[in-house]
Amino acid sequence: MIVNFFGRDNKRILILIILAVLCVCAFILSLSQGSLKLSLSQVLHSIFFESTGPHYQIIYNIRLPRTLVAALVGMSLSLSGCILQGIMRNPLASPHLIGISAGAGLAGIFILIVMPSAFHLLTPAAFIGALVTTIIIYALAWQQGLKPTRLILAGVAVSSFMGAWITALMIFFPERVHSVLGFMVGGLSARSWKHFYIILPYSVTGFLLAIVFAKRLNILLLGDDIARSLGLNVEKNRLLFIALAALLAASAVSVAGLLGFVGLIVPHMTRFFIGSDYRFLLPACALTGSCLLMACDTVARVALDPVELPVGIIMSVLGAPFFLYLLRSNFNKG
Amino acid sequence: MLKIQDVTLGYKTKEDVIKSVDLNICEGELAVIIGPNGSGKSTLLKSIAGNLKPRKGQILIKDKSLSSYSAKALAQRIAFLPQFPTVPNDYTVRELISYGRFPHLKWTGKMQSTDWDIIDWAMELTHLTTYANRPMAALSGGERQRAWVALALAQQPQILILDEPTTYLDISFQFEVLELIKSLNKKLNITTLIVLHDLNQAARFADRIIVLENGSVVLEGKPDKIIRNGKLESIFQITVGIGKDTYNDCPYLIPLKSRRTIFGGGDRFKNLSPKRTKCPS
Repeated sequence: MIVNFFGRDNKRILILIILAVLCVCAFILSLSQGSLKLSLSQVLHSIFFESTGPHYQIIYNIRLPRTLVAALVGMSLSLSGCILQGIMRNPLASPHLIGISAGAGLAGIFILIVMPSAFHLLTPAAFIGALVTTIIIYALAWQQGLKPTRLILAGVAVSSFMGAWITALMIFFPERVHSVLGFMVGGLSARSWKHFYIILPYSVTGFLLAIVFAKRLNILLLGDDIARSLGLNVEKNRLLFIALAALLAASAVSVAGLLGFVGLIVPHMTRFFIGSDYRFLLPACALTGSCLLMACDTVARVALDPVELPVGIIMSVLGAPFFLYLLRSNFNKG
Repeated sequence: MLKIQDVTLGYKTKEDVIKSVDLNICEGELAVIIGPNGSGKSTLLKSIAGNLKPRKGQILIKDKSLSSYSAKALAQRIAFLPQFPTVPNDYTVRELISYGRFPHLKWTGKMQSTDWDIIDWAMELTHLTTYANRPMAALSGGERQRAWVALALAQQPQILILDEPTTYLDISFQFEVLELIKSLNKKLNITTLIVLHDLNQAARFADRIIVLENGSVVLEGKPDKIIRNGKLESIFQITVGIGKDTYNDCPYLIPLKSRRTIFGGGDRFKNLSPKRTKCPS
């Protein structure tokens, strides 16, 4: 019997290993594919042995930072959605819901449309916009404790309020709308080491904290009353996890624009094959998110070469049908 | 063991739900709270579980105020099972029960082998050992309820609080769960406080029955005394007959008709023509 129990853990560890291998494959694929196709050995050679030359320039200065940014953005958004779905106990929860997209969107679009000369402020402005909106929504929803439903409703209201301003800005400055489209759909073109270093600290600390406190998320899944009966401070932990989710998503959105799909769907996909135990679900989500975003970004670059598509479009076009397929096959099983 | 002194409870700015209640639950006792809907039963339990601070008065556990315990220390002493606990479908029985050890763990949440021994012990007591690796979704209602009781046991509490643990169970599971709780109460000497809807189950399992009405304790005492007390009829708005369950040696209450007049009470059937109530032969 005990053997059986560990068998379940073994199976889940195996799934994590498979996801990690897929991640490495997506990483290498992303480095080797593009306008100039390179072989695996060329890629490895230029990473480890070259310090100059055209291959080195392409790999090290263009593709490597972009791929790493894709991996971290995918990971952060999926983790954020995964955490939020857990603490809200609502399958529709995503970073979108706590105002991340609306906040980052309004701040980002304000910069792009009203003061395009301050383009370099786009990332910090989006980051601050996202966090401020989350705080506003949290404060509005707070009433002697936090009920997930109130948070969701406050999120919807505040997001649509900000959405109105986004639309208004776009209507007042129709000639500049084109420049914000990329930011609105989310894309990774021309992402560099600078962006990588912006997002790195948030995603690494976010990931580590989430893993350390995974057990608390598991207990929150049992409902507020049981969690309290087990001695968990529900309010404090919920605040901690929302803050964590907000930081992860805000850092991702500020470097990659409003990628909507990842944070909502990846946690569901991952739950299908690894279950809802957060000790396994969180690392699995991180790996799936990175893998998916790296793979989709590669497709976005290669599909209509030399034209590049925003990765957000590829994500949704390929991801949504795949998710629906999983959903249906899962229903048929049950 | 558990003293409730002049406690007044309420939500937000609304009026008091529990008004100046005094109660004293002795060690090892199995006390059952009954009362009509909206009498404040669940609110009182919530507060004893530490989920709702009293507006007035205090709750003492072993002569120490509830608020002087940390959340963790409280969870090591009191286990509370709410009315409709939820669990992700794929949690196995053993996984669920393992969370009962959470209040005893350090902040990293690392389990020791003694923790697993206690989980095995809890499963044995609730006869769930063979179900250890089944997902919760695959269990019947009664088995699921036993698993929740096992979760509470894994906390190794001195006080066990259950809010209507028999809701939605069919009658055999209702008795199974109540018999389990009673046996744990006697075997482990866990002070137990239960809210029940069924007056006869209260009469059958309680050492003492506490009757709440409109936020106040109106009756309390041995089942025999309470069930035979005529006041019960007006509290529950029902006309009853009293019998005797000689098998379990406890009083038995037969509800005869409702005293509520909205639908004309139980008498309305008398006016129906015999034709309509006769079955086709």
